[in-house]
Amino acid sequence: MMAFFRLLARNRLALAGLVVIGIVVVLALITPLLPLADPDVTDTPNRFQPMFSAGALLGTDHLGRDLLSRLMWGTRLSLAMGFAAAVIAAVLGSAIGIIAGFYGGRTDNVIMRGVDMLMAFPYILLALAIVAALGPGLMNALIAVAAVNVPFFARNIRGITVGIAHKEFVDAARLAGMRNREIILAEVLPNVLPVIVIAMSTTVGWMILETAGLSFLGLGSQPPQADLGSMLGEARSALITNPHTSIVPGAMILVIVMGINLLGDGVRDALDPRLKSGALSRPMPATTVDRDGPAPAARTDSLLDIADLRTEFRVRNRVYKAVGGVDLHVEKGECLGIIGESGSGKSVTALSVMGLVASPPGVITGGAVHFDGQDLVGARYEVLRSLRGRRVAYIFQDPQATLHPLYKAGDQLIEAIRTHEDVSREAAHRRAISLLKSVRIPNAESRMESYPYEMSGGMRQRVGIAMALANDPDVIIADEPTTALDVTVQAQILSVLSDLRRERGLAIIFITHDFGVVGQLCDRVAVMYAGRIVEEGPTAAVLRSPQHPYTSRLIDCVPTLGGGQRRLAAIPGLPPVVDRLPHGCAFADRCDKAQAECRAGSIALAPTEPARKVRCLFPEVAKERSA
Amino acid sequence: MSEALRLTGLSKSFPVGKRLFGPPRAMVHAVHPLDLDVRTGETLGIVGESGCGKSTLAKMLVGLLPPSTGQIEIEGETLDNADPAIFGKRIQYVFQDPNSSLNPRKTIRQIMEVPLRKLHGLDRAARAARIQEIFAAVNLREEFLDRYPHEFSGGQAQRIGIARALAAQARILILDEPVSALDVSVQAQVLNLLADLKTEFGLTYLFISHDLAVVEAVSDRIAVLYFGSIVEVGSAREIFANPRHPYTALLAQSAPEVGRPIAAPENAETELPDPLSPPVGCAFHERCAFATDRCRAEKPVLTADGADRALACFNPLPGPVSR
Repeated sequence: MMAFFRLLARNRLALAGLVVIGIVVVLALITPLLPLADPDVTDTPNRFQPMFSAGALLGTDHLGRDLLSRLMWGTRLSLAMGFAAAVIAAVLGSAIGIIAGFYGGRTDNVIMRGVDMLMAFPYILLALAIVAALGPGLMNALIAVAAVNVPFFARNIRGITVGIAHKEFVDAARLAGMRNREIILAEVLPNVLPVIVIAMSTTVGWMILETAGLSFLGLGSQPPQADLGSMLGEARSALITNPHTSIVPGAMILVIVMGINLLGDGVRDALDPRLKSGALSRPMPATTVDRDGPAPAARTDSLLDIADLRTEFRVRNRVYKAVGGVDLHVEKGECLGIIGESGSGKSVTALSVMGLVASPPGVITGGAVHFDGQDLVGARYEVLRSLRGRRVAYIFQDPQATLHPLYKAGDQLIEAIRTHEDVSREAAHRRAISLLKSVRIPNAESRMESYPYEMSGGMRQRVGIAMALANDPDVIIADEPTTALDVTVQAQILSVLSDLRRERGLAIIFITHDFGVVGQLCDRVAVMYAGRIVEEGPTAAVLRSPQHPYTSRLIDCVPTLGGGQRRLAAIPGLPPVVDRLPHGCAFADRCDKAQAECRAGSIALAPTEPARKVRCLFPEVAKERSA
Repeated sequence: MSEALRLTGLSKSFPVGKRLFGPPRAMVHAVHPLDLDVRTGETLGIVGESGCGKSTLAKMLVGLLPPSTGQIEIEGETLDNADPAIFGKRIQYVFQDPNSSLNPRKTIRQIMEVPLRKLHGLDRAARAARIQEIFAAVNLREEFLDRYPHEFSGGQAQRIGIARALAAQARILILDEPVSALDVSVQAQVLNLLADLKTEFGLTYLFISHDLAVVEAVSDRIAVLYFGSIVEVGSAREIFANPRHPYTALLAQSAPEVGRPIAAPENAETELPDPLSPPVGCAFHERCAFATDRCRAEKPVLTADGADRALACFNPLPGPVSR
């Protein structure tokens, strides 16, 4: 609750809205206690008194009634009507929405088509029709305004409920013996409630306007009772001669509705989880660079050389050191594997190369990435843009998320080609077909016309690879490209990548958590843990005789086919959180060989054998592993 | 050995292209009629690729989906009305994604209490005692009970999911990809916990996964599912070492393995058949190197082959020399 108010207070306008509404509501609540004139007593001799006249601060109306008193009582009534209508509409609409969304199928169809029919009428016409049928009066106006707004809630809440009703926790509740009614109340409702509150906060102002509108037309509150709408309606005839009689209620409506809408926006921003996580802050085209020292020189003259790369995420007052000083290099035609668990920093390392880490919150705080001799960290956006896709291309895990759903696969490939090269559409089209053939897509010509959703996961990933190849890059960075695929499809994709690398002399950085894949595809492997490389070397050597205890124990955790039924070795504990990294070795807490020295200070990645490095004071003795 | 679970002719079809009135345009057969026995106290692994019907099968077994045909017999009793509340006491489900299977707005205690209250009608004190017992069994601290699901890592959340399944006191657990959302170092912790619980409570497991190595490590027997049908059943030790069905062999070859060179293990263009226009005959014939005209015309049925093996293939791979 406190967190909610803090979030709300960050939005200045919402805070202003809250203050204004707070004052209006308090005044409305204490109106009966204030020493005000009777709002309904007419005093025709003193009609149309101007503002600030004696005995009537805001003047009097066409019957000589005190405007201040009428304004206070009218505001009180209008607010109550607006809130009551909002509550009624929210309760009814949400109930309809939840039932339709939860039961689905025919129930959903019948209910929602009914709601659609309500929505087909212009709202004011519908409200007028309801009042016409029921007769004028406050209660009937309330019913009309509530009824008109039910569809809005029903539609909104139904959409949210459909998403929740298919969540696994609803199935789990069924298996725990809960009935539908209990599931709706205990499982679904608490998850829908924030949305209902958001929808209410943004519609209360609208409903106050609508009730005022009906009263203005004489269909709401009946004389002599004052509400803001009827006050305006009565003042209409004297608009020119005595404008203050209209301005007073009009200004109040303006203040209330503005205040409520500002507050409603603030409430929505504070409650909506998507906005809270920063979905509205648009990431910049390249990662922010804030290097605290000079750029280190390249350590090798490789095609791609990453030196002491540091990338952090700055979220409010926390700093997540996702990459904490990584040195890597990859040669032309080489395949480098980066292996690690989730949160080890392997993907962030890969994305940092081309400045693709979302900023905010990502910041590259140190190090250099030399590609073909040029430092890419801090390079101008134009430089990065001309290299992205042309010299260094990416393949991501989920091709469904990386391909645009509304464009044909062929058009996306053609676009990728023509972004970097000035070729005709026909030439690009021919090239796209040959690319699809090179990743072994059957019927390449007809596949050009397919949309991503018409293809299977394996086919989509092939298109993703074809797109990465579009401009004949030197380096391909593949971030878990086969994790979402089935084993038989994974084998096909790996064989495509392996052939392409041989045919085109591609350098591949292959990020994965699967030792089997690394073992089959990669020449060298780097193992990452808590944002740092803990071991690096030729794949065969690392897998045969791992030197870092983490590598060794991680390999033991992974079952391999052919071992039969058995108990697996597990690593106790969890990887450290990267905003609270321990002093010294990050693996020390889970390591059975840890000594006091391990926790004393940072440990260097030291060479052990030719081409092998390990970040450990007590590396595993080279024992031949059976696997 | 008695049967914990016996499935007879169980199948599930979904209508596609529903119309307001009249029959749907087509039916997709997610699970073709299948027979399967799960013995008391064993772990039966079910492997298959996405779209092979393994999740649909699992949902039918716990009553979350009504079967289209066939029946389910749990511990000798036929349950033909799909009511999870009745199934729940006998058979429980551990979900793949621990985070979406726990209601984000309930505390762990509230989540744990539901099966105890609804299925067993325990009073407050009895519930607290039982939760304490279960939490001790799954190595979770009791202070976790008053926290919300988002405060837990994947491995801890999955333990909570297992604890909830245990609370129902069912003797059969369906484990639907219980470790595929977890990191490898945590995966082994959870698999070992499952093995311990099985001995401690005398449970029977149905372990569903796409990861052959994991399934092999935990199962006694394994059933291979392809396109909604069981194509081969056998002991975990034997089935991948000596596959008889060409699809099982393809799976075993595709599993990435250190030291084996990469080669597309089949004609690289083929994938799963289209469920809207299923192939005639054996569903695998388009991907099979041994397919004959008979395979293209006739659907093979699952037949026993030796004591511990059954397969659905007209031209099986040669097995080890029969004794």
